[in-house]
Amino acid sequence: MKIFVTDQDGNQHELEAIEGWQVMEIIRDHGLPIKAECGGACCCATCHVYVDPDWANKIYLMREDEDDMLDETFDREENSRLSCQIIMSEELDGLKVTLADSAKP
Amino acid sequence: MTERYETDVIIIGAGPCGLFAVFELGLLDLKCHLVDILDKPGGQCAELYPEKPIYDIPALPIVSGQELTDRLMEQIAPFEPTFHFGQMAEKIQKLDNGKWELTTDIGTVLEAPVIVIAAGGGSFMPKKPPIPELESYEGESVFYAVRKMDAFRDHDLVIAGGGDSALDWCLNLQPIAKSVTLVHRRDDFRAAPDSVLKMRKLVEDGKMGLVIGNITGVDGDGTQVDALQVKTKEQGELELKCSRFLAFYGLTMKLGPVAEFGLNLHENLIPVDTEKFETSERGIFAIGDINHYPGKLKLILSGFHEAALMAQEAFRIIHPDKKLRFQYTTSSSDLQKKLGVAEGKAA
Repeated sequence: MKIFVTDQDGNQHELEAIEGWQVMEIIRDHGLPIKAECGGACCCATCHVYVDPDWANKIYLMREDEDDMLDETFDREENSRLSCQIIMSEELDGLKVTLADSAKP
Repeated sequence: MTERYETDVIIIGAGPCGLFAVFELGLLDLKCHLVDILDKPGGQCAELYPEKPIYDIPALPIVSGQELTDRLMEQIAPFEPTFHFGQMAEKIQKLDNGKWELTTDIGTVLEAPVIVIAAGGGSFMPKKPPIPELESYEGESVFYAVRKMDAFRDHDLVIAGGGDSALDWCLNLQPIAKSVTLVHRRDDFRAAPDSVLKMRKLVEDGKMGLVIGNITGVDGDGTQVDALQVKTKEQGELELKCSRFLAFYGLTMKLGPVAEFGLNLHENLIPVDTEKFETSERGIFAIGDINHYPGKLKLILSGFHEAALMAQEAFRIIHPDKKLRFQYTTSSSDLQKKLGVAEGKAA
C-alpha cells in the first residue's frame, strides 16, 4: 500500500502506507515537513494537505470539526483536508496529496 | 513597575508536566513559581483540546484535557504555587550568586537556583494572516488580543475570525466602539451558539456589520490603519474603512525565546540526560514534550516520570548539605503533613 506526497518544495515522495494509520502519521513517520502540533486530534490545522482531484471523491466527507479547523488556515482551497482525518485503507492505495505551506513545522 | 520574586524553582509552562512538577518538588519542600503565556493552567490540554478525552493516563480510563488540568490543580493546591499567567519567559541569565534570573516579556523578574522548562511545543502565539506589510501595524492599530477594552473605545473596528474569541469581542466591544464589523471566511461560526445568535441580532438591528470574505490587504501610513481590503464571493473586492483591526485566527505553538536561552538544542527540542533530565546547563532542567533523549515518547505519563526524577536533583542543587530521604506518601507522616492529610490535623 502506498501514498504519494508532494512536499512544500514540490518534491515528490512515494511512501509505504499502513492500513488504519492516519495519513498524517504516515507522512510524519517518514520525516516529511508536517507540524501536526495537536498530534492527530483534529484540534489544530497544521497537518493540512491538498488532495489530488482524482481522489477527492474517494475520501469520505469531512466532519464539521475538521471544516472549522481548516478555517484557521490561510491557504485553504476546495480540496483542502486535514491529513489526520484521513485513515488509510485499501481503497486509498495510491492516494496523492500535497502538503500545504501551513503544515510546515 | 518591576515585580521581583525569589523562589526555589521557576517552572516555564503550566501544562500537565509543569503542574505535576510542583507536586514532586513540593514533597521535597521546594516552592515553585510558574510562568505561562496562556491566561490559565493546562497548556495544550486546556487550550487545544479541553473537551477531548484522553485515554492513556494511568488509573484514569477516560479524562478530558480540562478535567486532567483541574485535578492536577487540586493535587498541587497544598503546595501553594505562584502563577504568572499571560507572560512569556523571555530571557535567562546566571547571576553572580550562582542563581538563575528569568525575565518575562512584561518585565516580571524571578530568581531561583533551579529552572525547569516544561514548555511543551513552545509558546502559544497568535496565527497571523499573510497580509503584506501587516507587521508594521502590529501593536499600533492591529492587535491579536485585547489587553484593555478602552483602547478600542470610539474606534471603527474590524474583527476577524469565527471562533469564541472573535464573537466574544464583537459582543463586548460593540457597545463602546464607534462601529464594529465582523469578517469571516464563511457564514458559519464555530463560536458558542448563544454568542452567534446575539451577533446575528446585532447585525439584523443594524448595530454591527458582517462581511463574509477574506482579508487580503491593509491600507494606511504604516502604523495607523485606514482600511482593509476584503475579497468576497458575492460582492467581489470590498474596502472596509477602519481605525483598529483585531484578528483572531487561533493560536499556534512556537519555541520562541527558549531557543535563545543558550542551551544545546536538537531540532527545536532540548536534549537531556535520563537520570536527572538536566540540560546542558547546570540547574536548568527540561521535562515533557520539549525534551529529547533516546527512546523519548511524547506522553503525559513520561513527563510525570521526568518530573519526579528531576525533583531529586533539584533538591540536591538547592540543599547541597541536606541528605535526601526517599519517602512514600502512603506511609510518611511527614509527607502527609505537607499534603494536609495527616491524622490529627485540625478539622
